[in-house]
Amino acid sequence: MSALTEQELALAHLVVETLNLEVKPEEIDPEAPLYGEGLGLDSIDILEMALAISKTYGVQLRSEDENNRKIFASLRRLNEHLQEHRTK
Amino acid sequence: MKLPLIAGFAPDAVFAWREGEPIPTRRFLRDVARLGALLPARGQVLNLCADRYRFAVGFGAALLRGQVSLLPPNHTPEMVAQLLLDYPGLYCLREEGGPALEIETLLFPQEAGAADGGEPGDPQAPLIPEEQVAAIVFTSGSTGTPLPNRKTWGRLTLSAQSEAARLGLRASPGEPAWSLVGTVPPQHMYGFESTVLLPMQGGLAMHAGRPFYAADVAAALGSLPHPRALITTPVHLRALVEEAAASASSAAAFQALPDFLLCATAPLSDDLARSAEARLKAPLYEIYGCTEAGQVATRRSSAGPRWQALPGLELHQDQLGTWVRGGHVEGEVLLGDVIELADDTHFELRGRNADMINIAGKRTSLAHLNFQLGNIEGVRDGVFVLPEHANKGEAEKNPEVVRLAALVVAPGLKPAQITAALRRRVDAVFLPRPLYMVEALPRNSTGKLTAAALRELLAQCATKPPTRT
Repeated sequence: MSALTEQELALAHLVVETLNLEVKPEEIDPEAPLYGEGLGLDSIDILEMALAISKTYGVQLRSEDENNRKIFASLRRLNEHLQEHRTK
Repeated sequence: MKLPLIAGFAPDAVFAWREGEPIPTRRFLRDVARLGALLPARGQVLNLCADRYRFAVGFGAALLRGQVSLLPPNHTPEMVAQLLLDYPGLYCLREEGGPALEIETLLFPQEAGAADGGEPGDPQAPLIPEEQVAAIVFTSGSTGTPLPNRKTWGRLTLSAQSEAARLGLRASPGEPAWSLVGTVPPQHMYGFESTVLLPMQGGLAMHAGRPFYAADVAAALGSLPHPRALITTPVHLRALVEEAAASASSAAAFQALPDFLLCATAPLSDDLARSAEARLKAPLYEIYGCTEAGQVATRRSSAGPRWQALPGLELHQDQLGTWVRGGHVEGEVLLGDVIELADDTHFELRGRNADMINIAGKRTSLAHLNFQLGNIEGVRDGVFVLPEHANKGEAEKNPEVVRLAALVVAPGLKPAQITAALRRRVDAVFLPRPLYMVEALPRNSTGKLTAAALRELLAQCATKPPTRT
């Protein structure tokens, strides 16, 4: 497991707080999948995260975006996408 | 008697919108006939097409061939294996890239497209015998075997026509036809009724997609002509309303998008119903129903808690609970909710029966979940618990989604292994969060688990540090 960067840790906190997860933010593996196996998120969680992301980063996620699966592939990929597109 | 696949057939009326392109009813019928000729000679089909138009083509083609479309509550490997036991002739119709399951599969063929549509004369809408079983919709039951509910073509068409009439969505001469966007899958009873049968029998045009994020829903609605309806669930409606509220600059983009909102699968809170109408500026109606009976009643959410039964349906009560019969309901169906009747066509909902679980519109029973948990190799004992106020914080933040907890006795297994095994057996929304490993369950002398004992054990587990997975 590689260590979380400061930005990734902030995102990890948002994920854990939004979804009331049982895991500590600093213990999330930044390379592990968020969907299904791994952190165990389902589509309802993803919808919930999309709203939190919109409020926090000003990024509106779209599933027509070909990269959508890749974006949620891991915390690291999600953070990269948000840093690239953030308006807040 | 035979009833047409498309009621009030108008060959040039738009049946679907797909990737921004209108598909006229004549092309739909041609696609149905073309696929119908390609289907294997089998009795039942598991139609997993995600594209709503393709699902409708697959359903129509199966009807033409006298095949029954099976709609199980989920598509886990365990469910498919169970269905194959009861229906050895079952095959799967899906798109390329869809979920690969252990079942004989026909990949949906590429559509011929508009260019190949030049048959002379008008096609006729095929006629289907009203007593033909068109679909079997399953509930998860209390054991591993899904329970079948047969739906004949006659009952399904009656149901869709009643819905169109009640909601004022039926196509009428001289008026522009309604279009609809659905966030529910066509394989779910509500999605099947309100996004597939409603267009076929009410003259509406369907959006072929299934938008997910709020921005996707807005874009899909914006791509259709007025008047347009959004067919959705509390979870998606809430995301849309909050997104509209949060992005003040783009709030205009979310307003005036739908002209009609339809919501089902779980009752809406008054708060969400009010803010949805205010933010999205459209009337909001709800449907109450269940897999066994199909849609039962409607209400205008802002007008109060009273539901009105669909045309022809009557409710009555006995010591077992509330029954519905008449109209499109086959026989008599016992409803799984606690209901207060005003008269035989009006009622209020007073809650769920204790064993029933509804998370984000997906239903099952605790008995079924416990059965699946108990059947995992290495699990000695285990129980799912619906925390009442244990996660109140979460419930307040997101009242549409309350997660289950589980207490499991399984020496030698890790929580992650149990979660992985459950994932093969039950829908992901029912996966326990949290899952606690315990040494024993607090069974009393008769082997029963009381709610009080479970709550106490759950509270003890919650105060310990999380179990490492």
